[in-house]
Amino acid sequence: MTEYCLPALALVMACLLALGVLAALTGPRLAYWGSLALCGTGAVAVLIYLIGGARAGSILVPFGLAGQPSVLALDGVSGFFMLLLMLAGAAATAAALDDHNRGPGTEDGTDNATAPAFPIFLGGMALTLLAGDAFALLAGFEAMSLASFALVLTHHRQPPVRAAGLLYLGMASLSALCLIAALALLSAHGASFSAMRARPPEGVRAAFVLALVLIGAGAKAGLAPLHVWLPPAHAAAPGPVSALMSGAMTKMAIYVMIRLLFDLSGPAQPIWWALPLLAMGVGSAVLGAFRANIETDVKTILACSTIENVGLVVVGLGLAMAARAADLSALAGLALGASLLHAFGHGLFKTVLFLGAGAIQHATLTRKLQRLGGLASRMPITTGCMILAAASLAGLPPSAGFASEWMLLQTVLGAVRLGGLGLQIMICVLAAGVVLAMALAASAAVRLIGVALLGRPRSAEAATAAEAGPPLRWAVLSLSCLVLMIGLFPGAVLDLAEPALRLLATGTMAERAGFMSITPTAEAPGYTAIAVLALLGLAGFAVMAVLRARAVAGHRTGPAWDCGLGAPPPWLPFGDPRLQYAGGSFAQPLRRVLGGTLLATTATLDMPPPGDPRPATYHETETDPAETALFQPTARLRTELTRFADRMQFLTVRQILTVMFGLLIGLLAFVALVEQL
Amino acid sequence: MERIVFGTLPYDVAHLLGGAVLLLSFTLLSQRRIAATINTYALQAVVIAASSCWQAYVQHAPHLYLTGALALIAKGVVIPLALHRLVRRLRLSHGVETALGIFPTMLLGVGLVTLSIMVVLPTTVQSQALTREDLALALSVVLLGMLMMITRTSALTQVIGFMSLENGLILAAVSVEGMPLVVELSVAVLVLVAFVVFSTFFLRLRAQFDSLDTRHLDRIGSAHR
Amino acid sequence: MSTLAGISAVAGVLVLLLHVALMLAAAPIVLGLAHRLKARLSGRIGPPITQRLLDLSRLLRKQPVVADGTSWVFRAAPLASLAATLAAASLVPSFALGMATAPFADLLTIAGLLALSRAAMALAAMDTGTAFGGIGASRAMMFSVFAEPAFFMVVFTLALLAGTTNLDTIATLIHSGTFGLRISMALALVATGVVMLVECGRIPVDNPAGHLELAMMHEAMVLEYSGRHLAMIELSGALRLLVWFSLIGVMFAPFGIAPRDADGASLAPWLWAVGMMAWIVKVAAMTLALAVFETTRAKMRVFRVPEMLGMALLLGLLAVIFLFVSQGFA
Repeated sequence: MTEYCLPALALVMACLLALGVLAALTGPRLAYWGSLALCGTGAVAVLIYLIGGARAGSILVPFGLAGQPSVLALDGVSGFFMLLLMLAGAAATAAALDDHNRGPGTEDGTDNATAPAFPIFLGGMALTLLAGDAFALLAGFEAMSLASFALVLTHHRQPPVRAAGLLYLGMASLSALCLIAALALLSAHGASFSAMRARPPEGVRAAFVLALVLIGAGAKAGLAPLHVWLPPAHAAAPGPVSALMSGAMTKMAIYVMIRLLFDLSGPAQPIWWALPLLAMGVGSAVLGAFRANIETDVKTILACSTIENVGLVVVGLGLAMAARAADLSALAGLALGASLLHAFGHGLFKTVLFLGAGAIQHATLTRKLQRLGGLASRMPITTGCMILAAASLAGLPPSAGFASEWMLLQTVLGAVRLGGLGLQIMICVLAAGVVLAMALAASAAVRLIGVALLGRPRSAEAATAAEAGPPLRWAVLSLSCLVLMIGLFPGAVLDLAEPALRLLATGTMAERAGFMSITPTAEAPGYTAIAVLALLGLAGFAVMAVLRARAVAGHRTGPAWDCGLGAPPPWLPFGDPRLQYAGGSFAQPLRRVLGGTLLATTATLDMPPPGDPRPATYHETETDPAETALFQPTARLRTELTRFADRMQFLTVRQILTVMFGLLIGLLAFVALVEQL
Repeated sequence: MERIVFGTLPYDVAHLLGGAVLLLSFTLLSQRRIAATINTYALQAVVIAASSCWQAYVQHAPHLYLTGALALIAKGVVIPLALHRLVRRLRLSHGVETALGIFPTMLLGVGLVTLSIMVVLPTTVQSQALTREDLALALSVVLLGMLMMITRTSALTQVIGFMSLENGLILAAVSVEGMPLVVELSVAVLVLVAFVVFSTFFLRLRAQFDSLDTRHLDRIGSAHR
Repeated sequence: MSTLAGISAVAGVLVLLLHVALMLAAAPIVLGLAHRLKARLSGRIGPPITQRLLDLSRLLRKQPVVADGTSWVFRAAPLASLAATLAAASLVPSFALGMATAPFADLLTIAGLLALSRAAMALAAMDTGTAFGGIGASRAMMFSVFAEPAFFMVVFTLALLAGTTNLDTIATLIHSGTFGLRISMALALVATGVVMLVECGRIPVDNPAGHLELAMMHEAMVLEYSGRHLAMIELSGALRLLVWFSLIGVMFAPFGIAPRDADGASLAPWLWAVGMMAWIVKVAAMTLALAVFETTRAKMRVFRVPEMLGMALLLGLLAVIFLFVSQGFA
C-alpha cells in the first residue's frame, strides 16, 4: 500500500498547484475548501507512508528542463516534513476559511486577490519536499517564495506591508541565488539527487556548498544574521499565512539544509562543518528569544520566537553533524532526533499561536500589546489553546517543547565526548547560550500571554472582543490537542522520524525512544512525560481533596488592592489601563540588563524641571545587530558601487581604454598565476 | 614517600584546598567593599596555610608546616589587621573603584583560568596528576591576581591583588614535592618588603594628593612628558 | 528474584509516600525555624516554629476574596503552582534512594517543574492587572533567565561525573564515594547556593519577611491572594525551599541516605531511620546557615542580582572546565 503514497502525494501537490490557477478564475472559496481537502488527504497518505516503514522511492514526471523529465522522490526525511506541512497546512487553511467567512476585518478587502496564491504556496512547499532532482527542488522552493511574497502583500495598501514585502523579496532572491549556485556545485555529475549522492563534493567545493547552503537556506529559515526580513514579513502577512510561513516554510528551509548538507554532501565531511551551524544556531536562539522579550507587536513577538526555535533546531543539526563526523552514530541519532522533534513540535505549536494571534487581531482590530488584555474571559478557547502552546514555547514540562529541549540538552551533555579541551569548552559556552535562550523564551511566553490575554482590557476594542468563528476555533483546538499529544508521547513522533534518522545519522532512536519515554542512552533512565503529567495530576487531585475537606468553599469578589489605581474612566469599567504592566514595562528589567549588549538599546528620559509645564517624555530605541553589522554596510556598499559605476560612465576615451587595458593585463596575470600554481 | 594519586584522600583534600584558593581569588575579584576585600584576602591566606600544612603532612615535609604558620600569622592575621588600620587611618572610601565592570572582570577571569589550564596541562604531561592540576590552579591564581591589579584603580586593592598573586606562587611552591624552604621564606620576605614599600608609598600618595588613586601618578608621568 | 523485585517496588512506593508526607509536614516548620533563628540572631524572641502551620490552618478557614476583573487563570494558578512544586518534591529524594519516582527524577525535569510553578504564579500576577503584580512577574522572570543557565552548569557538572541527569543515579554514585572530593563539586555547590537564594526569594535577592514596597518580587506577585489560594501559595513557597535544601543535600552531601536496591528502595526501616536523622541534621544545618547568612546580609539592589547570577554561571562553567581536566577528557 505504501507504494501508492508517493503518486498520491504527487497528485495532491499537482492539484494544489492547479487549484491556484483555477481559483484565480472562480474565487477564493474554492481555493480554501480545496486546499483543506487536499491537505487532509495528503496528511493521511503520508502518515500511512511513515507508519508503513517509509521505503524510499521515486517517479519520473514529464515536466522539467527542456526535454528532460523531473524526478519526484519520497523518503523518511521528506515524508516526516511532509506530515508537518500537511497538518499545519490543514489548520492554516481552516483558519483562512474563517477569515474569509468573517469578511475583511481590519483589512481593506484585498485578500480575495491573493487567495489563489494560498494553494500555490502549499503546493510549492510540497514540491520542495517531493523533489528528487535539483530542478524540481528549485522550482518548488521558488514557487513557495513567490507565492508567499504575494501573500505577504495581501494588505499592500499599508506602507509598512509594502516595505516588509520588498525586504522579503530581496532576501528570497538571495536565497534562490545561493541555492542555485549550491545545487550547481553539487550536480557536477548529474542533476538528480541519486547522481549527487554517488559523487559527494570534497574539499573546497564542499566548503563552498556549505557556505552557500547556509546563506541560502539559512536566510529562508531566519537564521541570524540573515533573519532581519522575518519579523516584519510575518507581521505583515494575514494570520493563516504567517502561521504557515512560521510553522511550515521555515521548516522547508531546514529540510533543504538537511537534504543538501546531510544527505547529498555525504557523511564524510570534516567535523568543523558543525561550527558555523552551532554558532549561527546559538546566535539566532539568543537574539531571537531576547527580541521576543522586547517587541510589542504580538505577531512580531511570535516571529522572533521562530528565529529562536530555528536556532535551536540548527544547534541540534550542528551537533548531529559533529557527532556523525566523529563516528558517534548514537549521539548523532539523538541530536537529529531532538532537531526533528523540535522542528515538528514548533511547526505545530507556533501555528496554534499565530492562528490565535490572527483571532485576536480579528477580535480587537489590533496586534499591539499595549492595546490588548483581558481576553481570557472573552475568548476562553483561544486563550486556553494559546496558553497550552505557549507552555511549549516556554519549554515547560510536560509540553512538546520541553520534550525536544530536554533531548537537545541531553545531546549537549553527550557532546563533550566529541573532541579535545577546546571543543569541550566551546560546548560549555554553547550550553549556557542554549539554556539562556530557553529561559528567555519562557520569559517571552509569560509576557505574551500575561499582557495580551490576561489582566484587564487596555482598550475599548479589547473590552468588547468576541471569540473566533467555528472553523478557526476547531482548527486551533484540534491542533492544540495534537500538540498536547506530542508532548505526552514524544516517542511516537520519534518513531515517525525513525526512517529519517536511519537514513541521515545511521543512528537510531528506536531502542531509546519507547512510546512513553525518551532516554539519552540505552540503559540510562530518561524523561517520561506521561509520568510527569500523572505526578502533576495526582498532586493536584490530592490538594483539591484536602481543600474540599478542610477549606472554606467558594470565593467572594472584591476590588483589587490597587496601589493608587485611579478611578475608572467611563469607557473602561474595570480601571485605568495605563496603570497595568504592558509589554514595554514587562520588558524593562531584561532590557536594562541585556539590551545594551544584544540590541544596542538606548533610553532617553526628558524630565522637565519643577514649574515647567512640558510633559516628561521617555523614548526607547533598539537596533538589531544584524542591521548595523551586515545590512547597513551592504547598503553603503551598494551606494558606493552605484557612485563608482556612475563615475565610470563619464570617463574620457583614453581613461576607458586605460581601464580596459588594465583589466586585460590583470586577467593575463591571473591566468599566469593560476598556471604557476 | 608514597605517590599521591587521583581518587585518594591526600589528592582530594589538596585538590579541594587548591580549588578553594581559586574560588577565593574569584571572590576577591567580585568584592565591592575594601573591608570585605581585605577579609577575603585573609581567608585566602588561611586556606593557603591549611594547604601547606596538608602538604607537609602528606609529603612528610615538616618545613612546610613553617610555611603554613608563616602564611597564617603574617598574611592571615597581621597584614589584614594592618590594612584595616590603614583604611581607618587614611579614612579611605569604603567602596572599591573599578576600571572595568565586575562581571566583565569575572568573565575575563574565567578566560584566564581556561588559558592557564590549556597551557599547563599539555606542557606537564609527564608529571603527577596532582602537580599538574595544582600548577594549573596556581597559575590561575597568579593570573587572577594580576587581573585584579590592572582592573582596580585604588592602590590598596592593587596591593591586595599583588599579595593574592603571591599566594598563587606559594600554592605552586608547596604542591611540588621537594621544593626547599628557602624559596618560601624568600617569597614571604618579598611580600613583607613589598608591603612596607607600598605602605610608605600610600602615605606619600596620601600626603601629596589626598587620594590613593594611582591615576594621579599617571598624570605626573604625562606632565613630565 | 521476582518476589524480591516486588518487595523493592513496594518499598519504593512506601518510601515515596513517607517522603511526600515528610516534605509536606516539614516544609512549614523549616520556614518557621528559619524565622525563629533569624529572630534569635537579631536579638528578638521571634514567632514559634509552628507559626507557619498555624498560618496555613487559619488561611484555610477564611473565604478567599478574588480581585475584580480576574479570569480563571488567577484562580487556577495557585493549584498549578502547588501541584508543580509537589511533583518536584516527589522527585527529589530526602531520606532514601530508590523511591517509586526514581526513574523519572531527572534534574532537568525537576528544574522544569519548578519553572512551571514560577510561570503559573507570574501569569496569575499579570492577571490581576495591578502594577504590583506586573513588577513582581517581570522581575521573577528576569531572574529566572539568569538562574537557569547557572543551574544548568551545575547539572552539566553532575551529569559529566555520573553520565546521566537522573538524580537517583547521581546520588547513588556520589554516595558510594566514587568521585571523592572535587573542586568542581565545591564550585558547583556555591553556584547552586546562589541559584537557591534567587529561586526561593531569600535575602539578598528578595525579602521573604517584608511586604509591599520593600519586597518587589514574590510578595508583589501574590498581593491579591487570600484564603485557601494564599495557603496553597505559602505552602508552595515553603515546599520550594525544602526541595532546594533536599536537592543540595542529595547532590552534594548524600551521607546517611538509605541506599537503593537493584530494583528500588531497600526495605530496611533502620536504614530509613538513619537516613531520616541524617536528612534532619542536613536540613537543620542548612536552615541555620541560611539564617546566619540572611542576618548578616543586606538586601541587594535588583540589578545586582543578574550580576550575582552571572557569577554563579561562571563558577558553574569553571566547575565543568575543571572536570574536563581532572576526568582526563582532555
